[in-house]
Amino acid sequence: MAEITYREALNQAMAEEMERDPDVFLMGEEVGQYNGAYKVSKGLLDRFGEMRVVDTPITELGFTGLGVGAAMLGLRPIIEFMTFNFSMLALDQVWNSAAKLHYMTDGQFSCPIVFRGPTGAALQLSAQHSQAMEATYVHYPGAKLVVPATPADAKGLLKSSIRDNDPVVFMEAELLYAMKGEVPDEEDFIIPLGVADLKREGEHVSMITHGKMVHVCLQAAQKLEKDGISSDVLDLRSLRPLDVDAILTSVRKTNRVVYVEEGWSYGGIGAQIADLIQQEAFDHLDAPIQRVTQADVPMPYSKSLEKLAKPSVERVIDACNRVLYRKKGS
Amino acid sequence: MVAKKKAAAKKKTAAKKKAASSSPGKKRGDLGGMKQERLHELLRMMLLGRRFEEKTAEAYAIGKIGGFCHLYIGQEAVTAGAYAPLRPDDYVITAYREHVQALSKGISARAVMAELYGRADGCSGGKGGSMHLYGKEQNFLGGWGIVGGQIPLATGAGWAIKYRGGDQVCLCFMGEAAVNQGAFHESLNMAALWKLPVIFIVENNRFGMGTAWERASSLYDIAQKAHAYDMPSAVADGMDVLDMARVVGEAVARAREDGTPTLVEAQCYRFMGHSMSDPVHGVYRTKEEVEEHKGKDPIRIFIDKLKDAALLTDGELEAMDRSAHEEVDDAVEFADNSPEPEPEALYSNVYAEENEHGRLFFDRKNRIAEGG
Repeated sequence: MAEITYREALNQAMAEEMERDPDVFLMGEEVGQYNGAYKVSKGLLDRFGEMRVVDTPITELGFTGLGVGAAMLGLRPIIEFMTFNFSMLALDQVWNSAAKLHYMTDGQFSCPIVFRGPTGAALQLSAQHSQAMEATYVHYPGAKLVVPATPADAKGLLKSSIRDNDPVVFMEAELLYAMKGEVPDEEDFIIPLGVADLKREGEHVSMITHGKMVHVCLQAAQKLEKDGISSDVLDLRSLRPLDVDAILTSVRKTNRVVYVEEGWSYGGIGAQIADLIQQEAFDHLDAPIQRVTQADVPMPYSKSLEKLAKPSVERVIDACNRVLYRKKGS
Repeated sequence: MVAKKKAAAKKKTAAKKKAASSSPGKKRGDLGGMKQERLHELLRMMLLGRRFEEKTAEAYAIGKIGGFCHLYIGQEAVTAGAYAPLRPDDYVITAYREHVQALSKGISARAVMAELYGRADGCSGGKGGSMHLYGKEQNFLGGWGIVGGQIPLATGAGWAIKYRGGDQVCLCFMGEAAVNQGAFHESLNMAALWKLPVIFIVENNRFGMGTAWERASSLYDIAQKAHAYDMPSAVADGMDVLDMARVVGEAVARAREDGTPTLVEAQCYRFMGHSMSDPVHGVYRTKEEVEEHKGKDPIRIFIDKLKDAALLTDGELEAMDRSAHEEVDDAVEFADNSPEPEPEALYSNVYAEENEHGRLFFDRKNRIAEGG
């Protein structure tokens, strides 16, 4: 085990997979000479050369489609979006081309491609640079969606995603890049897609979440612990495929669920998870499922307003109290 | 550009004279640098395409084919000419007026017709339909339904060819309306910047559905748009298979040499409505205009040239046309007898790899899987 950052973990995952398979290449804005807008691809250009670490013009629709076309011919592109906010310009190629390719061709062509970059808010980047895009992407059958929360998960899941034969959308976070954590050293450290991770174990309430909200939930759990409340914090890690068994196991144990996500409420990931739980574990619920999401507004710039808009430890604790029918602050 | 066009016209006249001068002796030779066998192949391609589309229209009219269905009648010379310089290992990607492009790339008439019928033996298993024909074996990267959506994919094919050090090329067909999409401009820029062996062929049939080209573009001259990306471009007479073969042949040679892409404008005309649900003429063009263009039928033009050059006899033509009819009749019979896809096909091939862990589908498939 070595302690490395989330950023370094991603870098190692790409370098190892590029070493392992000559068909893997990285393409995106500033990934080469500049070493990546967030330095995730640091050193890769020197190591692998210009055909395999490719600086693109600012042309998201174009280079995303290029990646899909290259995947049709058997290459395994990693397409970096500087942030998923910019990927909206490329959605036609992600959804209409990548996600539907295998089905429309009845299996003749597959699309082994990874779209990666940060999702969600950083700090005071305001409305157009702070969006959590998970719900947008999870909607489309044909693609997979992975949202790692720790350095180890980042590495193990990215390696799996690169080896996967379907399009994988891999969502990181600006605020996690500098986070340090233990990452196994072995070359073939892989975490399969579709396996959730119980990051903390308890008995009174299940906080189910993904991505950087895992850390908000862990802090909330720590505070609740002092209050005599113990919590499951279940990190889904991938939203499609989804570890339904892990969700149901936790629900059956605690009977109370809070879903926490960075995105908006309406049509959000939590809405889908709540539907799934009421379908498949209705009798195990002792309280309506509570959700903590971003306020239903475009992200404001002002520090104080931004804080109000984002899910916070306090709001998570408040939601836990509600499913436990505890009075606030009691 | 005007000068370029004039030069092209001059060349054409010269070619005509050459062809005419060769006719008195009726000695069989080359035409457009191609041997008789290859020329006959191109004519067969065009005849098969025409007969196939005529039959498709009939089948659509009686409800055998559903959905959107865009016919190629009138534009056959564009594809036949563009395919003339291709090798089997070259790639083709296109939009949704692609039945004939799929056939000509070697996908059988049976498989294409069965796909239009939505049957299990279709070249996309009944999942694609008219707009989504594919043939991996034939390097036919398919039919794409979003205007301009295939253009970035073509650059990807070009990228993969370059990445692997191959000398194949990728032809990318699009209608003229697609050149106003951002995807077109982003793709041309990347192809020129990185020297990707893609030939972008704009089939300018003059109308994007019902909107005349002049009403949709601030610049009428499509070939000029390549100048913005420092890319070679050329105009071809899309009603003349030999001119298409010449222009695309030059582009293919450049692409094979060092990856240089080319933008080709193929000036053509569609004899049918935009799709089977649209009228042939109406608010956007007159019956007289359509009739006038039908007078310049690309198949007729080619037949005349071949006969002029003593490269085709009436007997050969009749045999070819009969064989095209037979192939299409056989395809219809095959499609009619092909089974509907099995219900299980609904959920097959959504993913290439279904994970060992976790759930991928969020609907009744789970209950089907669990026997509920």
